[in-house]
Amino acid sequence: MATQHSRSAARLMLAPAVVLLLGWMLVPLTMTLYFSFKKYLPLRGDTLSGGLDWVGFENYSRFIGSSAFWPSVQATLLIVGSVLVITVVLGILLAILLDQPMWGQGIVRILVISPFFVMPTVSALVWKNMFMDPVNGLLAHLFEFFGAEPVLWLSEASMESIILIVSWQWLPFATLILLTAIQSLDSEQLEASEIDGAPILKRFWYIVLPHLGRAITVVVLIQTIFLLSIFAEIFVTTGGAFGTKTLTYLIFQRVLESQNIGLGSAGGVYAIILANIVAIFLMRIVGKNLDK
Amino acid sequence: MARNVTSGRKTINTLAAWAIGILIFFPILWTILTSFKSEAQAISDPPIFFFFDWTLENYSVVQERSNYMRFLWNSVIIAGGSTILGIIIAVPAAWSMAFVPSNRTKDILLWMLSTKMLPAVGVLYPMYLLFIKMGLLDTRIGLVIVLMLINMPIIVWMLYTYFREIPGEILEASRMDGASLRDEIIYVLTPMALPGIASTLLLNFILAWNEAFWTLNLTAVNAAPLTAFIASYSSPEGLFFAKLSAASTMAIAPILLLGWFSQKQLVRGLTFGAVK
Repeated sequence: MATQHSRSAARLMLAPAVVLLLGWMLVPLTMTLYFSFKKYLPLRGDTLSGGLDWVGFENYSRFIGSSAFWPSVQATLLIVGSVLVITVVLGILLAILLDQPMWGQGIVRILVISPFFVMPTVSALVWKNMFMDPVNGLLAHLFEFFGAEPVLWLSEASMESIILIVSWQWLPFATLILLTAIQSLDSEQLEASEIDGAPILKRFWYIVLPHLGRAITVVVLIQTIFLLSIFAEIFVTTGGAFGTKTLTYLIFQRVLESQNIGLGSAGGVYAIILANIVAIFLMRIVGKNLDK
Repeated sequence: MARNVTSGRKTINTLAAWAIGILIFFPILWTILTSFKSEAQAISDPPIFFFFDWTLENYSVVQERSNYMRFLWNSVIIAGGSTILGIIIAVPAAWSMAFVPSNRTKDILLWMLSTKMLPAVGVLYPMYLLFIKMGLLDTRIGLVIVLMLINMPIIVWMLYTYFREIPGEILEASRMDGASLRDEIIYVLTPMALPGIASTLLLNFILAWNEAFWTLNLTAVNAAPLTAFIASYSSPEGLFFAKLSAASTMAIAPILLLGWFSQKQLVRGLTFGAVK
């Protein structure tokens, strides 16, 4: 249907978005790459105008060699992995429940989806103070009520606390996507298997779960990309202390707190590589969908 | 799935779903309730749920002490500005890819998606430096630009999936009738695409409103939006539960309401059309 004229017009209309995104991607990325090969400590008098020393791959090896690196990778993987398992498993159960006939389904949906709309700084702060405060927090009251010793959540169970907060934020997302997928399930197939007397677990395992396969993959990939870079939740609660320093947070500290730009940039390159590995898988799934 | 079930089972479903729904919503509910308490009642042991002396005092104190309105205004400008600017640039792009696809359209769409995967922290310092050099640090216009760029892929994708659902024949018919490209966009496409554009606007406004990496790192005082306003309450002297709750409620209330309207679009917008 397209004429030569409309083709060139189309290209023109596409141009601003492409140029802007290209600039957004290339300019800072090139700078990060450049700094990662330089010694750049602004606090010790290194300036851009004065020229920076080329140090080759030293920043890269120092970033990996630092004692904070592996713990930060572990913390990152632990948070991402735990939140994924919790949100996907609970999300499937919740989606199945919400798909059942009930009264007030619309309202329950709204209740469940709400945490997703709470800004990260608010949810982190509300959890930190009103729930996890060892003296006045609601969880402390609850523990006391049952005669248990209140937990110093953010120092003694720091990892669990962060995972709890982040899972609370992302469970709505997983539930909503999985619910959408379940609702597209062919109900006749389920009914037929129900009439045939297939037990509920078998129905779930052989019909529901395979149908959800792609939605689960999409949830996992998208959440991974967001979870790899969670920031506010840690910034507001522990500030990276008590073993909750993720890779993102470590780089943030190197760049802004200790002002070691070269080292932080090398870390940034690692983070970009890590995110791209996940992205490749996501793009494949999305790309397949485009052909339809 | 409309299946016939006994009302007994329906009751159990209802009870279970409501219990879980309320449990998940509870932190938000508790925050809203606490915002109407006095500081003493906010930390009373055992906690008081409904039967306290309702007061609006916290709201006026928060507004007075930290000038909530200024942060709110910054949030509105930054989230609104970045979304509108993004839509203006993305509509033509999505239009051209949906209606005049070339063999590179798929690659361009996927490449746009890939820019969304760039971890912000990886380019933190360059952005910081560029912002200083261009005098954009702690300005609203600077954040409008950054948030527009990080949400651009989502905006283009959402619009693209909406536009693809508009039958091309209608456009052809209007072209036969002699409509110019401009007329076609203004009189034919736009009215049909408006619901899609509205949903895109809404979801991206929410995402921009809640964005908490760049808004925390690239602002100080003048351009700080609500994310930074709340973060300032994490310092120990800000530890007043009722006031914290009032501040939190004010920061999330507008977006919670918008979010409830946009929950259907959320799936499409955040899965890039992979789940429908």
